Amino acid sequence: MSASDKPVLEVRDLNVSYSQRDIRSTVVHGVSFSVNAGEVVALVGESGSGKTSTAQAVIGLLAENGRIESGAIVLNGEDISRWSNARLRNIRGAVVSLVPQDPGNSLNPVATIGEQVREILSIHGRISRREADRRVIELLTHVGLSEPELRAKQYPHELSGGMKQRVLIAIAIALRPALIIADEPTSALDVTVQRRILDLIDDLRRQYGTAVLLVTHDLGVAADRSDKIIVLQGGRIQEQGKTADVLAAPQSAYTRKLLSDAPSLAAAKPRAPIEPGRPAALTISNLVQDFNLPSGKTFRAVDDISFTVPRGTTHAVVGESGSGKTTTIRAIAGFQKPTGGQIRIGDFDVGSLNSKDLRQFRRKVQLVYQNPWASLDPRQTVRAIIEEPLLNFEPVAREERDRRVAAIADRVGLPTTLLSRLPHALSGGQRQRVAIARALVLEPEVVVLDEAVSALDVTVQAQILDLLAELQRDLGLTYVFVSHDLAVVRQIADTVSVLHNGRQVDYGTVEQVFSAASSDYTRELIDAIPGAKFPHADISRHAFSAGPLS
Amino acid sequence: MSRYVVGRIGQALLVLWAAFTLSFILLQAMPGDAVLIKFLNPEFGLSADQIREIRAAYAIDSGLLVQYANTFANFLQGDFGYSMQAGVPVSAQLATNLPPTLKLAGLGFLAATILAVFIAFLSTMAPFAWLKNLIQSLPSLFISVPVFWLAIMLIQIFSFRLKLVSVINPGPWESVVLPVATLAVPIAAPLAQILIRNIDEIRTRPFVPVARAKGASEIGILWRHVARNAILPVLTIAGVLFGELLAGAVVTETVFGLNGIGGLTEKAVSNQDLSVLQAVVVISAAAFVTINLAVDLAYPLLDPRLRTRNGATA
Repeated sequence: MSASDKPVLEVRDLNVSYSQRDIRSTVVHGVSFSVNAGEVVALVGESGSGKTSTAQAVIGLLAENGRIESGAIVLNGEDISRWSNARLRNIRGAVVSLVPQDPGNSLNPVATIGEQVREILSIHGRISRREADRRVIELLTHVGLSEPELRAKQYPHELSGGMKQRVLIAIAIALRPALIIADEPTSALDVTVQRRILDLIDDLRRQYGTAVLLVTHDLGVAADRSDKIIVLQGGRIQEQGKTADVLAAPQSAYTRKLLSDAPSLAAAKPRAPIEPGRPAALTISNLVQDFNLPSGKTFRAVDDISFTVPRGTTHAVVGESGSGKTTTIRAIAGFQKPTGGQIRIGDFDVGSLNSKDLRQFRRKVQLVYQNPWASLDPRQTVRAIIEEPLLNFEPVAREERDRRVAAIADRVGLPTTLLSRLPHALSGGQRQRVAIARALVLEPEVVVLDEAVSALDVTVQAQILDLLAELQRDLGLTYVFVSHDLAVVRQIADTVSVLHNGRQVDYGTVEQVFSAASSDYTRELIDAIPGAKFPHADISRHAFSAGPLS
Repeated sequence: MSRYVVGRIGQALLVLWAAFTLSFILLQAMPGDAVLIKFLNPEFGLSADQIREIRAAYAIDSGLLVQYANTFANFLQGDFGYSMQAGVPVSAQLATNLPPTLKLAGLGFLAATILAVFIAFLSTMAPFAWLKNLIQSLPSLFISVPVFWLAIMLIQIFSFRLKLVSVINPGPWESVVLPVATLAVPIAAPLAQILIRNIDEIRTRPFVPVARAKGASEIGILWRHVARNAILPVLTIAGVLFGELLAGAVVTETVFGLNGIGGLTEKAVSNQDLSVLQAVVVISAAAFVTINLAVDLAYPLLDPRLRTRNGATA
């Protein structure tokens, strides 16, 4: 990498605070770092670490209640930390630009792609419509969009997530800025798309010598893509240095903990093979699911999927968006009747249940959803949430209900004091524990975990995964674990199905699939797992004492 | 697309037919009728036989279904019957009274829109929190002012005190400005409220900081990104508010002594002039249905997400 020594960005002793109802709290404490031309510097940390606030301060886009308390932000030799908004406007987009986090919502839905790329050109200088249109096509071509003329006329909803992120990158590089701030640029994208987008940012950086400040929660991404890593926790820098050095010999305990919790970096701990002869808890044979489209045609979302999950084991269903994994689990949970094939859970044939049997069947299969912020009723106490499933079946006496709720809460590691609280008072990890308790209170046989740890920070994720493993061991639970994250799958699952466009392209034990995948698609998925650059250090997961982080 | 348009037009016609039928039933259910009200008046000194003849001439005593069928057929041909009270065709009355009301309603709506957009933009651009709060409380004030009181106050202040607008022999401009203002204020209030709320909501969307990161100014962001998105739900409300506009016109025209559908309706109600009422109901329904149809059809033009998709999915 041809990084020069002249820093494009130098942040010195930065303090950022937010006010909330007359209370001002500092969220970034004395952060100092520099980014040289052509260099990728990763700001790594969990939610609340101050990484996003730091990045927003650099481009002058702090939320309305945020402000820079002290410190200097030197961009190309000039301190911009005290500049007015009007003055900052001249450099935003031209000298420093942004690749945002959520491509799905970062483009104006009622303006064409062309219009939105053109906007940055016309803001920073006079340009004729014709010249602008030519540049738009050039930029769209440059970021690897097919049919750029068509794309320019299209609206955001007509593009996929990866295509939208390419458009946003085209906007960010339009004026060849000295610094690009990439704020979690790929966390909303599928792994294979993530890889292509990160490759694109890398290519453009190499071509233009642009400096990149990469904000990410994903240590694997940082390991693969950055020259320098800055680890933030609670608004303070824990550690910074060359990426290879930090990863090989982390100095701070916090970095070591992050490294050990990151599924993509931790060495896979082989699970004991399933002893033969275990009874099957769930058998799916030749599942087919069609949907009627408004146009009168049918769409085959799931095409001939079969797998068997022995009792007390974990089967992972892996795939990207649109692969049919959600449709598969909806069929398992009895939310829709399969078009063809059979699903057997215990004594139930899920497809042939009448509505009365279906209710009884629901006790056998429970779901835990991805988003712990949306899956809990904000107006119910934690106790009421966990208790609710018990009220749906034959009456249970009040004392008995209280006893069961207390027992299951204790089982998932929720302090009793939290039972009378509302969900908003809980952290993400605690909420996911509530969701797990709610699923387990009926003592189901099969628990379907739909991306159940995807929205959590790595350390919290590691704790929840540990909890799930422990519950499986103690209660003999069977899991169907739906995930897009192969690194997590490798940690928790015994067997795995890889879905692609509704077809099952790979099926076998985790060991078989990871070492000898039969399809190109699965191999591409495995290759796309970030963190490949980082040699799996021999860090066992429980070498460091973990504080209560969730 | 065209199937959608045909479907929506069909729905609109169904609503019109329902409005006609319901109003016909309700008007027929009223006790007494216009003939009795007008001709039983002792001033005319008509005998019972003469009244019976008149009733026969108006076909008032024939069966309800026959009357319904006749009236419906006539309406389809644009014949709204005769006004009992004025003794002229209803269509002639509409011809004189409809244009002033349309002008009043149109200008009132335009003024309301401008006022609402002005308030919403002002509150968005307000540099201080207290000023923003002050501006945002304007719509609540507007909505709680009774129309008749506002009308009287406007006449008091602008005509009698300030003598800015003459009430005797007013010019074409002077005769409409106060009624339009009266009509616009209560319509502007909900429009402004919804617009303010939408703008605040749209401003939290991720594409706004992206625009800011391009170096766009706040006004540029408001105009190019926020307003275009915020206007969409307002359109729906605007269609519904049109009904309010017609109701408002009755009061406004009465207070300002203007000729129009409002005045016509008021007289027709007190005289039980059924043909006029029936025509007013159907005309109002037609106006309402047309506006809402226009709103529905305009939506896909303003929001590309509602157009049929033909894009790539890769």
